[in-house]
Amino acid sequence: MAEVIFTANIQRFVECPHAYSDGHDVRTVLDDIFRENPRARSYILDDQGALRKHIAVFVNGRLVRDRTTLSERVPQDSRVYVMQALSGG
Amino acid sequence: MSKRILVSIRKGLFTVERCGSGSWRIVNADFLGDNVSLAIACRRSGSRYAALDHGHFGVKMHRWDDDVWSEIATPAYPPKPEGLEELDMWGRPIPWSTVRIWALTQGGADQPGVLWCGTLPGGVFRSNDHGNSWLMCRSLWDHPKRTQWTGGGADLPGVHSICVDPRNSNHVSIAISTGGIWFTGVGGDNWRLHGEGMRAEYVPPDLAHDPLSQDVHCLAQCQAQPDVMWVQHHNGIFLSHDGGRNFKEITEVKPSAFGFPVVVHPLDGNTAWFVPEIKDERRIPVGGRLCVTRTRDGGKTFETLTRGLPQEHAYDIVYRHAFDISSSGEWLVMGLTTGGLWISENEGDDWIEVTHTLPPVYATRFA
Repeated sequence: MAEVIFTANIQRFVECPHAYSDGHDVRTVLDDIFRENPRARSYILDDQGALRKHIAVFVNGRLVRDRTTLSERVPQDSRVYVMQALSGG
Repeated sequence: MSKRILVSIRKGLFTVERCGSGSWRIVNADFLGDNVSLAIACRRSGSRYAALDHGHFGVKMHRWDDDVWSEIATPAYPPKPEGLEELDMWGRPIPWSTVRIWALTQGGADQPGVLWCGTLPGGVFRSNDHGNSWLMCRSLWDHPKRTQWTGGGADLPGVHSICVDPRNSNHVSIAISTGGIWFTGVGGDNWRLHGEGMRAEYVPPDLAHDPLSQDVHCLAQCQAQPDVMWVQHHNGIFLSHDGGRNFKEITEVKPSAFGFPVVVHPLDGNTAWFVPEIKDERRIPVGGRLCVTRTRDGGKTFETLTRGLPQEHAYDIVYRHAFDISSSGEWLVMGLTTGGLWISENEGDDWIEVTHTLPPVYATRFA
């Protein structure tokens, strides 16, 4: 089961506690999370379901490159971090 | 007459209230630290709506009822058909996603739950339930000419002005930077291009009078004389007397015909105000002197109004949504990119500084 950890910055807008998922790729993991926390979806994904421009997802320390279909595998017991890029002012 | 103004800025939504003749002060700050791109108040319901741009986390809409802000639905683009390739003017895929909320307008008096929303990259949305849900106007988004719209104020085309005809709430005109003026006579179910007579200097000569090529910076409709519509255009000032179908150019405007906002007197279509800038390669007030221009005769003549405004080393811009007029036409408010907020209580003759320490002001609206 993968553990999903969200950036602290998002908590001000929508509460995203640590969560767990049996999903086997990034898409199914995030879908699991958003089923329980539907408000969080539009903060992480754009209208077409792709990662927002400045959202970065790491699976076991590796940056997810497939930002559109989110097909990258999430092995069991992975740690998935949903972070935001440090940009803007 | 409203004595309250909503001021949308880079770092929050500020409420300014009149506390006596010529005296206004900031009384509240909501969403402090967040980017508020546009907020409006609905006169009938008392509700307020605010569009926030959280950057990393996207655009969000909030509604204020009974002293509380709540997040509501944000206009969302429909699924992009698989395999569809649409490229913008730079050769990049056009996003089917709300990038910015650039226009918010309440529906007509007989449509109390209706809101209209204009966005980047060009979608127009209608809500029939006070913003709880939104429907995209697909007939406009699917119009074959839509992909010819281009970026103007931003990389992507955006709908910045929405005017609901007070005589018929289903008659709605919108303006796009850059894509001209479009009109629906059936509440958004179909749209046609308006705006003959405008002129674009920034395209090849054979396209200069194409209504689709026009970079309208702001479109304003007179409430008492809705056939009168004013345009502040990238090339200057244009005036229509037939509800936006045809425009004539107003020339010989001093100190400049370039600018972003326009407001028209709600009761008198011949009276309108502008904030001139040196066109367009510099975009600063002429001579470093901030001024407002006013015509009272339908553009035949203009007065330059400066009393109270800084007349040296002023390099402010007033964005297209940062200029507003009260329902009586007596009070004006403008917010500046340099953080100033100015109010006139006598139709622009004299200006009062409320503050000069805000972050850039995106929008001002009497509430």
